[in-house]
Amino acid sequence: MSAADERPFPPGDYPVVVVGSGPGAIQLSYELERLGIDHATISADEAPGGMFRRWPFFQRLLSWTKPYAPEERTTRAFERWDWNSMIAERPEHRALQAEYMDGTSDFPSRPEMEQSLTAFTERTGTRIRYGCRWTATRREPGPDGDRFVVETTDGEYRCRIAIVAVGVAEPWSPSTPGIELTAHYADTRSAETYAGKRVFIIGKQNSGFELASGLLQWAARITLASPSPARLSVVVNSLNGVRARYVQPFEDSALGFGVDILNASIERITRSGNAFHVDLRQTVDGSALMLEADEVISATGFTCPLLDLPELGVATFGQAKLPAQTAFWESATVPGIYFAGTITQGAAGLKKHGMPAFSGAVQGHRYNARILARHLGERHFGMDRDRPAIRPRDLLDYLLDEATGGPELWHQKGYLARVVSLGSDGPRDEGILPLTHALDDGDGDSLILTVEADGAGAIYPVLYVRHDGRTEEHALDSHPLLDFRTTAHRRQLADMLKRVVPGVA
Amino acid sequence: MATRDEIVESLAGMTLFADLSAPQLQGVAGRMDEAFFADGERILRQGLTGSGFYVILDGEVGVVVDGRQINTLGRGEFFGEISILLQKPPVADIVALRPMRCLVLAGPAVEPFLLDHPRVMYRMLQALGRRLTGANRARS
Repeated sequence: MSAADERPFPPGDYPVVVVGSGPGAIQLSYELERLGIDHATISADEAPGGMFRRWPFFQRLLSWTKPYAPEERTTRAFERWDWNSMIAERPEHRALQAEYMDGTSDFPSRPEMEQSLTAFTERTGTRIRYGCRWTATRREPGPDGDRFVVETTDGEYRCRIAIVAVGVAEPWSPSTPGIELTAHYADTRSAETYAGKRVFIIGKQNSGFELASGLLQWAARITLASPSPARLSVVVNSLNGVRARYVQPFEDSALGFGVDILNASIERITRSGNAFHVDLRQTVDGSALMLEADEVISATGFTCPLLDLPELGVATFGQAKLPAQTAFWESATVPGIYFAGTITQGAAGLKKHGMPAFSGAVQGHRYNARILARHLGERHFGMDRDRPAIRPRDLLDYLLDEATGGPELWHQKGYLARVVSLGSDGPRDEGILPLTHALDDGDGDSLILTVEADGAGAIYPVLYVRHDGRTEEHALDSHPLLDFRTTAHRRQLADMLKRVVPGVA
Repeated sequence: MATRDEIVESLAGMTLFADLSAPQLQGVAGRMDEAFFADGERILRQGLTGSGFYVILDGEVGVVVDGRQINTLGRGEFFGEISILLQKPPVADIVALRPMRCLVLAGPAVEPFLLDHPRVMYRMLQALGRRLTGANRARS
């Protein structure tokens, strides 16, 4: 038998096919295996890691893990303090990222992240067929209705459910005249080759400021430009802004030391000899500006490499060409195609007060994967959900414990919810579900608990009470130490529940 | 999927943004997020806090109060601003009547946005005045 033949998941018929080998695909594959859902996971790469095999360029993640957090590493509670590890059922498979950090930073390096993902697949036995590139997709009639044919470099896979977890990793550039003369972020050279250069960076998102921060010690001058103002995460109180790690260019700009941050549209880029000429028009008053640079880099983002899925009917939106999705991450326009990993940010949820979910990062989408696997099991494979009963007198403590430490609620604020149904047999734990599903698609009386942020700095639990067909929103008070297990919160919650849960303490 | 240039072109054709220059329109497109809602999907929920300001690029939505549709809105029209200006939960559900693309500005970003673009604020006031006149006429 050749080495190729020893690889798992040869082409053929499978109920589910997962494409990808980054954290999203790994987590989902692990969850499907755990539930006993037969599937094949395939990837063009030669090893686990996805985008973390290449980026971030300056080799340090934007997501932290705190190895000495106040919870035991082997517990679910530790997940709140660990943005990077895959989540797992068995304690020995949890919090692996903490094992692969050299103590120099709470932000693991890119190789450390790659090591932790590899270790997770090895220890859990999560199988992936590497070196198998997805090339095209089509639909054909099957014995139980239409099925998908996933064409790959190894042959064809047929499945009822295709799950795409290929990241948002295809470089994208705008149609600005002369943009073809520039290098994309993805093609940035090693930092020292920019020594003494005037560097112009198009884009003021994290990737632009990552480059600016990394080049501060090398470049002669750095200019960043895009039409809209840059927003700092610490100002907007969310990850929907430039991360605090990249604040130094802002300070240098504010103090006038070699960094310019411009709100301007880039009209045209031309080249004359070794120099670039960049024509700009300032957003504030439309006035023209021209500057010279030795290097121009487009930090203008990435798109989803969805191949031919749009031709199959998958609707996409936004610059990143994210697929439009249901609350359970199924294509809104092509049933049977689901998404996992960072692409799940296409199911944006409510974004209350403008606060985004963390689905674009591991700490958010790892929970989406767990929920998706369970949803597929129930919807397509006849599995029943475990719905443990909760004694009414235990309900207050349970909900306040979840609000204080539930990692799903903290990492996916205002997006994932703990749902407790209130049927004739008393309160039952329905588990963690997407908030939009719980609010819009649920029936019967229920309690829907989230942790939310108001964009002005406050973080607090919210309980949605659905009773007699109406849903009421109740925000609990915030707490300076974010501990909601206080007597006052207990009293506040009891007051909300006494009408709908007889016997609540 | 609309490109940034297509979004700028769409905005340029809307009354709300009719006074803005091309660089300003690019700035607006950069400050707002594009969103897609499937047929039947709820966009705003009556009585729930934390909504945003929405400008319809393509598609149609229904304005639903207590389960009864009272109005529809289409391309170039906007919703969500009253709730943000008054800092009160929306008094209606907004539901996509067919696939709908829109631009969204988060609630906390609306005030600085309007202060940065007084001509947009003026156009919004005009639109609200027209809606008020229409509502008064319907009531009388």
